[in-house]
Amino acid sequence: MKENMPPTENRNTEQKNEDNWQGVVRDWSADKQTFDMPWGKLMMWIFLLSDTFIFSIFLTGYMNVRMSAMDSWPNTSEVFALTIAGHHIPLVLIAIMTFVLITSSGTMAMAVNFAYRGDKKKTVYFMAATALLGALFVGMQAFEWTKLIVEEGVRPWGNPMGAAQFGAAFFMITGFHGMHVSAGVIYLAVVARKVARGDYEKKGYHIVEITGLYWHFVDLVWVFIFAFFYLW
Amino acid sequence: MNQSNVQPQAQEGVKLHPISLYLKVWVLLFVLSTLSYLVDYFQLQGGLRWSLILIFMFLKAGFILAIFMHVTWERIALKLVLFLPPLAIVVLIVMMAIEGDYTFLNRLLSFISS
Repeated sequence: MKENMPPTENRNTEQKNEDNWQGVVRDWSADKQTFDMPWGKLMMWIFLLSDTFIFSIFLTGYMNVRMSAMDSWPNTSEVFALTIAGHHIPLVLIAIMTFVLITSSGTMAMAVNFAYRGDKKKTVYFMAATALLGALFVGMQAFEWTKLIVEEGVRPWGNPMGAAQFGAAFFMITGFHGMHVSAGVIYLAVVARKVARGDYEKKGYHIVEITGLYWHFVDLVWVFIFAFFYLW
Repeated sequence: MNQSNVQPQAQEGVKLHPISLYLKVWVLLFVLSTLSYLVDYFQLQGGLRWSLILIFMFLKAGFILAIFMHVTWERIALKLVLFLPPLAIVVLIVMMAIEGDYTFLNRLLSFISS
């Protein structure tokens, strides 16, 4: 905790290390910036908070239509089942997508760590690995959508398996999440390239942590979508 | 990966954690995902399914936020900004659940009467 503070403020050390309720009052009332972090990181947190609201509203809307639907809700376990080598495995595609995304979160966390250690090469490698895993996730989602549209006949306004609201909720929620992953892959690629070029040698590597926050958030949202949309 | 015997030069103002911490959390998230997948694979139903899915979900979300996103090591001022506003979402969920039940009942009634 003590080493966590950027050394920019000229507060005395005693005040700086107090992270309790008095510390909160002091953070908000003192004549200095309230949040002890680079402004870019705070802006990313605030963006992610706003994104939390958007995803929550989508999931709440999905809950609402599912509760009020008269037709039976399609069984997601069967809808997303695959037959691999003659074995019928329920929900297996979504499970693999979950593992891919969690692994990408792990490689991203390591990239942040290596960035702060000043290990540029490893940072770039781990960020590239993260971007590739993200691209793999989007690829699998494209496969999922294609299968659902072409083979199962699911549309935003209806589907042969039951409640019409299923399609609307599915394309809205997974589409918005997939868009976030795609944007994240581009974001990662851009920052990784700039790290490789040495653009942050003087500025410091906070940008890698900020990019990481975005990427972990995408993984975090998937945890909720996995639970509420696919497992329910 | 013998980062332990080389003293890493951390950027100023940043707390460094060993890579092994991230690997442990990653394995943990993997195990939790597998467990929540198994809930579906063995087709558990009812209250058991509900509670297991929610427990694994909150554990995963908690570890991602706390360790991967470093919230554990942030000051309370930021934690408040992150966790107080989403309480409004809880209110929204409750209200929309009530509204969803109301819509369903009305659809049921008009279905019966027609």
